Amino acid sequence: MVQRLRQPSVLFLVGSLLFFVLVQILLSVGVINPYWRGILFWGAAITMVSLGLNLIYGFNGQFSLGQYGFYAIGAYASADVTYRYVHNDASGVVVLIGGCILTLLLMWGLSVFLRRFYGVQTITSFVFNLLATVLGFFLAVRFLSPALSGPMLSLLQSLPQSIAQQIVFFLALLGGAALAGIVSFLFGIPVLELGSDYFGIATLGFTIIIKVLADNTDTILPFPEMKGARGMVGIPQWTTWPWVFFSFMFVVLVMRNLLHSSTGRAIVSVREDERAAELVGIDVANTKILAFVVGSVFAGLAGGIRAHDLAFLHPQSFHFIQSFNPLIIVVFGGLGSMTGTIFAGFAWIILLEGVLRLYLPQGFETWRFVIYPLILLLMMLLRPEGLMGRYEIPFLRQKLPPLRKKVQQAIKAAVTPEVAE
Amino acid sequence: MKGRPEGLSPEVEQRPVVLEIEGLTHYFESLRAVHNFTLTLKHGELAGLIGPNGAGKTTVFNLITGVYVPTEGSIRYRGVELTGLPSHEIIQMGIARTFQNIRLFSNLTVLDNVRIAYHPHAGYGLLDSILHSRRFREKEAEMTERSQEFLAIFGLEERQNDIAGSLPYGLQRRLEIARALATRPRLLLLDEPAAGMNPQEIDELMELIHFIRDKFDLTILLVEHRMRLVMNICEWITVMDFGEIIAQGTPDEVRNNPRVVEAYLGREAAVH
Repeated sequence: MVQRLRQPSVLFLVGSLLFFVLVQILLSVGVINPYWRGILFWGAAITMVSLGLNLIYGFNGQFSLGQYGFYAIGAYASADVTYRYVHNDASGVVVLIGGCILTLLLMWGLSVFLRRFYGVQTITSFVFNLLATVLGFFLAVRFLSPALSGPMLSLLQSLPQSIAQQIVFFLALLGGAALAGIVSFLFGIPVLELGSDYFGIATLGFTIIIKVLADNTDTILPFPEMKGARGMVGIPQWTTWPWVFFSFMFVVLVMRNLLHSSTGRAIVSVREDERAAELVGIDVANTKILAFVVGSVFAGLAGGIRAHDLAFLHPQSFHFIQSFNPLIIVVFGGLGSMTGTIFAGFAWIILLEGVLRLYLPQGFETWRFVIYPLILLLMMLLRPEGLMGRYEIPFLRQKLPPLRKKVQQAIKAAVTPEVAE
Repeated sequence: MKGRPEGLSPEVEQRPVVLEIEGLTHYFESLRAVHNFTLTLKHGELAGLIGPNGAGKTTVFNLITGVYVPTEGSIRYRGVELTGLPSHEIIQMGIARTFQNIRLFSNLTVLDNVRIAYHPHAGYGLLDSILHSRRFREKEAEMTERSQEFLAIFGLEERQNDIAGSLPYGLQRRLEIARALATRPRLLLLDEPAAGMNPQEIDELMELIHFIRDKFDLTILLVEHRMRLVMNICEWITVMDFGEIIAQGTPDEVRNNPRVVEAYLGREAAVH
């Protein structure tokens, strides 16, 4: 077990654990005030969204402006679950988790069934999957919720309150992320067939749709507690530093491991040359959907984290203009660099909402929207590949396999005489 | 038999059919790119496909590998109909190809280029990828080892960690062939493998093609402009012009066929 861990892994894991403890101590003694805590959590959330976008755009080459839509789905879905729970109603947990499980099961069955046919049309597979989703959630609302909500609530209330709260929060985050994943899967099936630019426009449309739905949650959608365009209030503020830290680490580790596997290489090959990837046997459509879904799950998770820190959701914060934020971060940090995205994500929030907001003279706060575009402009002129280019810290870097022993010896033999001279 | 020249050796004729193309016709809008193309390849053959620019040779390759769906006609690979199947499924059935202008994953390492071609046979799933499980490590090591063996065959092993785009042209060609072979094909389609090579490199390439055919038990179909290469290594040749087959035969027959000389070899044949 210990042998398996390479030195960079040990360094990284120990380092991040120390960072975790340090921040926790600073938070406990009050050195980091609530304002900076908010900045830190916000930075983590937007970095998670950006990492997802980097997987989609930087590594898979699909230009997506839809990540804020999935961020919104994750935020609203998980907020609704916890909101209902604090109002003594477990139906949110049951419907969201039950619906997601049923849908995933149905989708899985469907994929096994459709695999028997050659050349299934995209639209066919889309319609079937859509039906599976509708059926899954219909069953959850119609049958699971009446049957299980009561027992679930009494089960949760029989536990100590703090434990029940953590369980509900965990399920809410999980459900929000899963729902974002399911929606991105449905959306991705037909839309990922489009070329990259058209895909960008389609995802932009998706963000706008989600924003409009969020504006009308109490009229079009049956969620009066979300209060439509007035904004959802009364979300419990349950996000704590451990939740932020471990969600963030989860995203980083999943993405790193995925990228440094055969699946990850297939994802990158699609960016490099789609036609060539297809003609070495890569299922390009599947690969694109996979990257898109994983990236959107990250966004959904980040949404849940953010919602329970802010305790307030307003549709305006998911306006499509906002969906350029992760794009700016990804390009700023370097397309195809996780390190760059992490750095740029935190830097962006700390600079824009922290330093500039606090230290610009009174009345000049709005000037930060002049200063930061100027920084971007300079950046693009001086370093178009992004801050980090494709640089990665050792832990996130691909481990290059050594030459085989035979070859190493042959090279040594060829080189040694020269050294002797 | 249709789609083959007469009088090939009886030993060859007894072998199983690998590729059978019949009445293949393809239109781009109203432009007829390929018309009534018929070809039968037997196991272990090395056949050539030549013709002037724009004759439709690369289109035939694109039709076989599912890049385009043919307007008419059928393509059967070892008895299975290929028309309408997506490219990646056709490749996974055992057909590999290279490109006229090299299409490597040029920002990735040499080794990764070959390992990507192994992806359909990776032997581990998404969950193993994310968890880096024991199964992942075993299969990954195995995949790396086998890819390195491939690179060794093509003399690229020492450069495994170089970026593919940084290799010299000749090595990029070799890498592309290595990547194609890593998909474990039985039929290899080479699209102008000698493009941009000097005579000495062409000699090496001819040796290499013979070598891989014997080593991997391949059937090879070759599109080429360089007469020296085609006439030297192909057992028989199909000549296309304006999307149609104008001649099929052994190199000598084709060389002396008046229609071919007229359509294609004209100037070059006069020089010799």
